[in-house]
Amino acid sequence: MMAFVDTANRQLRRVPAWTIYIAGAAWAGWLFWLGLTGGLGAEPINALERAYGEVGLKLLVVTLAVTPLRRFLGLNLIKFRRALGLTAFFFVMAHFLVWAVLDVHSLSRVWADIVKRPYVTIGMAAFLMLIPLTLTSNDQSLRRMGGAAWRKLHKLTYPVSLLVIVHYIWLTKGFPYEPLAYGAVIVVLLATRIRRFLPAKAA
Amino acid sequence: MAYRWKNTLTRADVTPEAMWLNRRQIIAGAAGLGAIAAAGAAQADEGLEPNSYEDITSYNNFYEFGTGKSDPAENAGAMVTDPWSIRVDGLVDNPGDYSLAQLLDGLTAEERIYRFRCVEAWSMVVPWNGVELADILTKVGIKPEAKYVAFESLADPETMIGVRRQVIPFPYVEGLRLDEAMHPLTIMATGLYDRPMPNQNGAPIRLVVPWKYGFKSIKSIIRITLTEEQPPATWNMLQSREYGFYSNVNPEVSHPRWSQATERRIGGGLFNARQDTLMFNGYEQEVASLYEGMDLRRNF
Repeated sequence: MMAFVDTANRQLRRVPAWTIYIAGAAWAGWLFWLGLTGGLGAEPINALERAYGEVGLKLLVVTLAVTPLRRFLGLNLIKFRRALGLTAFFFVMAHFLVWAVLDVHSLSRVWADIVKRPYVTIGMAAFLMLIPLTLTSNDQSLRRMGGAAWRKLHKLTYPVSLLVIVHYIWLTKGFPYEPLAYGAVIVVLLATRIRRFLPAKAA
Repeated sequence: MAYRWKNTLTRADVTPEAMWLNRRQIIAGAAGLGAIAAAGAAQADEGLEPNSYEDITSYNNFYEFGTGKSDPAENAGAMVTDPWSIRVDGLVDNPGDYSLAQLLDGLTAEERIYRFRCVEAWSMVVPWNGVELADILTKVGIKPEAKYVAFESLADPETMIGVRRQVIPFPYVEGLRLDEAMHPLTIMATGLYDRPMPNQNGAPIRLVVPWKYGFKSIKSIIRITLTEEQPPATWNMLQSREYGFYSNVNPEVSHPRWSQATERRIGGGLFNARQDTLMFNGYEQEVASLYEGMDLRRNF
């Protein structure tokens, strides 16, 4: 295991973080292209909306996993964390835009849904909470805010990830296992942050 | 009694029009209803076109085969639909296990082009082939005490992956009030586009009640029971606040989690706009009288 982690760390050092943005943009574009050309089935609007939302959720989970992976396995993905988090936001924004522009299709209905449908309200709240995180995901903001305040602000990721799960479970019909599985993973990742579960810090 | 209802939706775009008109005349001639057929042809300009066979058979809700829209098309091939036996019991004169052929013997199959509105706010137009449920019920004999009809779907864990996973309780069950079941619009469909019913659409025989949300139109039926009491219905049992026993399409009564005022017709691509949902899915004239005096907000 250690050998594997060492090799992975060595290999990953050679991969620049900006590749995440390129891959994210390419993936988003590819999904849109599939939607245009019939590759997402008979109802591409809903399929694209879900696909963007799900990639956003997956990236959020990966972003949350960065710290525990380093702490418990020694796998160092820290240099990718900002790119992962920002790409997650871009997918969440794409998810929101497909919903508002292509799906709901009218400003009054967008507003009515946000006010009246709890799962939309919750999704919207999560999206808005991600905005300050996105705006401060740069070196300048980190310097201006100072490390402590910046870290405190970015703990918003925790409630956001829980809201996202509630949003996902709430919008499904019946009890499909996917949202519950994501929820379980997120709860575990958040639990690793509870102080008393942490291994004693090495000096 | 077949032909108690005339199609108002057109299939002109999928069948060359001359052939289609021709076929109409043949059917009309056979039934001796030439004049009405002419009126029917005149009505066929409503501008509603059936969805493609591809759309209808690739985008389905059939949780016995998984919860994804493409799961049924992928997984339903495993279901064995021949031989098929249907148990008819309860308040009927001739209860028993009928083969599909026995049940349909002597009944007239016809095409019905219906709007199909899912509770998830999407819709299609489907050219079904089938017989009126009333004909089947009359054939097995309805006892005077019967007030409801209960249906049950096949639930075979061997061939149905969703049943193995128990994504919702199976077997899937549904029910209608007897007058709804006897209504000329209510059919038992055995095919679409003049082809045998594809497995993912509920082969070999399914209910179609076009003025109700799609989940009422139970698929792959193995049992029909006439009862005196209102029978259970799967989604109603699961979440009675969200899915009523009646589940008539009604743009004014929202699902608690989403609006039912609009719908999106499947097949319009990525820039397809929503359209307004019609009361009773556009069949208000035909069925509103069934619910006269009922509070449709309460009996949703």
